[in-house]
Amino acid sequence: MRRFIPHLVLALGAFVMLMPFYWMALTSIRSPAEIFDISLWPVPKEFTGVQNYTQAATTVPMARFMLNGVIVCTGILLVQVLTAVPAAYALAKLRFPGRRLLMILVIAALCVPMQALALPLFVGLAKAGLLNTYFAQMAPFFLSVFAIFLFHQSFRSYPDEIIEAARMDGFSEMEICWGLVLRGSFPSLAAFSVFSVVAHWNDLYWPMIVVNDTALAPPPLGMLFFSDVETGANYGALMAGAAMITAPMVVCFLLARRHFVAGITMTGVK
Amino acid sequence: MSRQSLNLSGIRKGFGQTQVLKDISLLVREGEFLSLVGMSGCGKSTLLRIIAGLEAPDHGTVHIGGRDVTDSDPSDRNLAMVFQSYALYPHMTVRHNIATPLRMRKLGLAARLPLLGRITASRRTLAEIDAAVAQAADTLQITHLLDRKPAQLSGGQRQRVALARALVRQPAAFLMDEPLSNLDAKLRAHMRDELVALRRRLGSTFVYVTHDQVEAMTMSDRIALMIEGRIEQLGAPDELYHSPATLAVAKFIGSPTINLLPAEVAPCGVVHVHGRATGLASVPGPATLGIRAEDVRVTASGMPARILREEKHGPDRFLTCELDEGETIVLRQKASEPTGADENGKLCLGFVEDRAHLFGADGLRREMRLTEKVAA
Repeated sequence: MRRFIPHLVLALGAFVMLMPFYWMALTSIRSPAEIFDISLWPVPKEFTGVQNYTQAATTVPMARFMLNGVIVCTGILLVQVLTAVPAAYALAKLRFPGRRLLMILVIAALCVPMQALALPLFVGLAKAGLLNTYFAQMAPFFLSVFAIFLFHQSFRSYPDEIIEAARMDGFSEMEICWGLVLRGSFPSLAAFSVFSVVAHWNDLYWPMIVVNDTALAPPPLGMLFFSDVETGANYGALMAGAAMITAPMVVCFLLARRHFVAGITMTGVK
Repeated sequence: MSRQSLNLSGIRKGFGQTQVLKDISLLVREGEFLSLVGMSGCGKSTLLRIIAGLEAPDHGTVHIGGRDVTDSDPSDRNLAMVFQSYALYPHMTVRHNIATPLRMRKLGLAARLPLLGRITASRRTLAEIDAAVAQAADTLQITHLLDRKPAQLSGGQRQRVALARALVRQPAAFLMDEPLSNLDAKLRAHMRDELVALRRRLGSTFVYVTHDQVEAMTMSDRIALMIEGRIEQLGAPDELYHSPATLAVAKFIGSPTINLLPAEVAPCGVVHVHGRATGLASVPGPATLGIRAEDVRVTASGMPARILREEKHGPDRFLTCELDEGETIVLRQKASEPTGADENGKLCLGFVEDRAHLFGADGLRREMRLTEKVAA
């Protein structure tokens, strides 16, 4: 019996986590009449999945939302990695005055929530006439202290002797940073990519502040437009839309899962 | 193969409050094998890293072949370093690892890029690099490993790859930072022989850092023994062994550790040990007498002692004895001969007087002369 208790506890946790997904998938194929049915039986009395998904895909430009999401997430991730990797390398492996102070600042910056910065950022972007652009959706996230912190933790364990051998062989610091150290921290890169893409794919808060143009809306904001359009709320179609925008993230996570798990266990970040 | 002298003068280096190197000057001659030996923390690795350019000295200059390189980058010094952990590039094959020093010097940035490089690099340069890699691999007998990754190699094989990577660039000098310390004892002895053979073939300048005095004694032309950031003694291995300049050198060099006895040099100049006059004379004052294990003899009369322990080392035997006065003395005997002790393990010890070493209270060597023998 003892052996099963941990599994039981974990199964309970998994149930709590997975239940909403299951419910979403279930609702997305049920007819409006069945929406509020408490039963969790996977086969609906009347299968309206096709209608629900068609409605979600056609009423609003779902493909456009997805594309916006891809553009925003890729842009953010690219600049985050480009800036965080050299910063983390410098903090982890180079010796210069003020290094400790900078590291403390990085950790301090981890504690500042996005909401605290929203107003000044909004005002700044508005004054610059940049509202309703992809740039406005991406810019606040270009510099990620979380990325610096995560890469710093993993770069720190890279053997100094290899870096020194590289210096004697004539590698430049940038070549060492990108060609050797980042290469040795591939799981961290994968883990961070998953974190970043999931966070910004699912972000509703910031796009809602800076974007009101449907053509620029990322998926969650698009869903919001969709539910506005569909006043009276067809929950089946709404859930079909939600399932469609969640799917890429689930697939993305499953693909990177092995690296992701290695990355977070290696750096001890949860 | 190019070989050059290394000249360090007035090198000082501190980390925070601690002075790691205190005014070191050292000339490594062309083609010489010089070992830097000392306990961990004596500054030997820091000194090597200063030669390599991986650390900058606070004070002093480094010259390689007469050229001042104190402010040069590591890559501009044309030195090759072999690290304790071998420091092979983990994602590259052995072939690529060995080629890297040459690729970095002979190919431009564009030619080093993974895909573009194949198109832009000059074919002749690539062929030259391939030939050099093949030759280095052949020298170290690792041709069959060229397509493996470092993770697929054993410690000894990695060591060879690291050596091949070092010698492929034909450096002005080789710097080695405890390269054998991660190998098991048998392989270490084997690689030691190979290093000596390699060095004889290349005739290059070697600076070799080790804490293992056996490595230093067997391989070096000269040894610089470092203690607390200073060079305590610089000389040939025999010189350090047979005439240590200080008590610290005598204690470090030699295995088993030299036997030390408190001594007193009487005003008349005769050295006394535990009140017994010896046949040696020196400057009056308190002193320490050092006697190597092979110079201790079992005698009819002498210092009474009893055997504590017997250790067999094949042809030799180490006897650990305790003097009646309390000191422990180790002596080395032929295993084929009897110990010379009575049935209770008691014996009397003497020593070969002209091979003993006397150190004053300041730790410096005192010259001694033999006097007329007064019953030892």
